[in-house]
Amino acid sequence: MLRQASRLLSRSGSYKLVAARAFSTEVPSTIDSTFVESWKKVAPNMDPPQTPSSFMKPRPSTASSIPTKLTVNFVLPYASELSGKEVDMVIIPATTGQMGVLPGHVPTIAELKPGIMSVHEGTDVKKYFVSSGFAFLHANSVADIIAVEAVPLENIDPSQVQKGLAEFTQKLASAATDLEKAEAQIGVEVHSAMNAALSG
Amino acid sequence: MASNAAVPFWRAAGMTYITYSNICANLVRNCLKEPFKGEALNREKVHFSISKWADGKPEKPILRSDTPGV
Repeated sequence: MLRQASRLLSRSGSYKLVAARAFSTEVPSTIDSTFVESWKKVAPNMDPPQTPSSFMKPRPSTASSIPTKLTVNFVLPYASELSGKEVDMVIIPATTGQMGVLPGHVPTIAELKPGIMSVHEGTDVKKYFVSSGFAFLHANSVADIIAVEAVPLENIDPSQVQKGLAEFTQKLASAATDLEKAEAQIGVEVHSAMNAALSG
Repeated sequence: MASNAAVPFWRAAGMTYITYSNICANLVRNCLKEPFKGEALNREKVHFSISKWADGKPEKPILRSDTPGV
């Protein structure tokens, strides 16, 4: 019975196609009234279907003026490193290069590569070495940064980094299968990044 | 759809993002200084038992553990 619903609805003529829908951050989370009217004409005894967005809480509104501080949530699987901390800027090691995030940054999802993340608060700078992860920058100047492993630079042992770098460079030269090459390449990249972090 | 976007080398080699991310994390953990390294490796220990089911009944479970002697 419901298979015919879309055909019946488009036949009723007053239903506008959804091609020109606004972004979900702009449309308030109310149900489309044109659709509901067409539905009632065709199937008056059935409730209009619910859509996933009607179950969602409305998104936090974007302030009309750019906030002065960036709110950072930096989480690891086993701990919440920073939770709702208000800072001036964070620099994240995105795959596209070091990205500086200020309040009012355009909403972005960035994949992180192994590298240094620094949190700037006034003259205070806190640096972490991040193994990999993602950074979600929202329109309301909230940054959610998630990483699998993040350590302060002081906790890294330079001699082990050098040893690892030598070991993986050697493995890369002698790797046979694609998978071994990929693993060796990852080893070289991570250790080079740690090396650069310690010396930079 | 742009399916000719450049894929990262690990995906071209058949690895998933989770595998890549876990390898990176393990490499970083192995390069930590002493008390932190011990804590990190301790934190990442796993202990679980798997049993296959046949005919609606569990067979003998296989135990996989990082804590010795258990």
